[in-house]
Amino acid sequence: MELQIILVFMIIGAITAVELKDLLGAVIAVGAVGLGTSIAFLFLQAPDLAIVQLVVEILSLIILIRAVGMKDEIVIPKEQQLISVFPVIIFIAIFMYFAVKALFEIPSFGSPLMKVAQRYLESGLNETGAANIVSAIILDYRALDTLGEATVLFTAVIGVLAVIREIGRIKQK
Amino acid sequence: MIKKPEKGMTIIVKTITRYTVGLILLYGIYIVLHGHLTPGGGFAGGVIIALSFIHLMLAFGKETALKKMSVKLSGILESLGAIIFVTVAIIGLVVSGFLFFNFLTGQKPNINSFFNLFSAGIIPLCNIAICLKVGAGLFGIFVALVFFEMEGKND
Repeated sequence: MELQIILVFMIIGAITAVELKDLLGAVIAVGAVGLGTSIAFLFLQAPDLAIVQLVVEILSLIILIRAVGMKDEIVIPKEQQLISVFPVIIFIAIFMYFAVKALFEIPSFGSPLMKVAQRYLESGLNETGAANIVSAIILDYRALDTLGEATVLFTAVIGVLAVIREIGRIKQK
Repeated sequence: MIKKPEKGMTIIVKTITRYTVGLILLYGIYIVLHGHLTPGGGFAGGVIIALSFIHLMLAFGKETALKKMSVKLSGILESLGAIIFVTVAIIGLVVSGFLFFNFLTGQKPNINSFFNLFSAGIIPLCNIAICLKVGAGLFGIFVALVFFEMEGKND
């Protein structure tokens, strides 16, 4: 029941963010949706994800607010809007077709397939010595995935610093 | 206030920041070091540590925070985190033939060490490496994205 209330709150926040004309208000509404996601993770008994979601949401909210304060609004002309609607509708239709096909195959909500996860839950503490089972999985059983994630973050930092660096930027005067 | 980040905010914000920024930094370090015992871990703790420096930067202005943690130092710390993480992986490969083998505890960890701070072998080491990587990386991205001066904007 609590989960449904949070979900309705998040849907209202998302619709508000789309419909608002004021950019700062829309950013605040997006932040409310993110904090709702964090509380939903708490109700679903995933405190690790709740902490990460809360903290990353705050960081991205700060960056978005600073971006809204500094940049001008970009308005797309009417003809361009009309042309871009048709590909979007076609792609949404293709996506919905495959999503409906896939949704009939997955197990129902709250009763997952416990093939690999059952073994992790039974022998995670005895094999790794870590009391937090999430840490045991992401840093011992599935540590190669974590290495890949770290590589993604490293590439993102290098990309941002390479685009915005001061050395070698062409002076526009 | 948004238009001029160099000046810093009002005295109310500065006073509150002076009291809270140390607690936020300490909470981030706690989350990282207890990552294998309680919810949290390297990623969440690293972002909290980066947020404490961002808090300092928003309240006191760019120069005060960059004096404590410069962009160059954050780049060095991020690379150090990546090197520690890969080194732990390769030591496991050399010792046993498997990447990320838990070379401190082996296949069967000591039962008496469960739920202690010093347990679980390489997992706290990896948490610290990821914390350095994520914290320094996100701080660098924040400084680059929010505080860079756009040239040719004023003409």
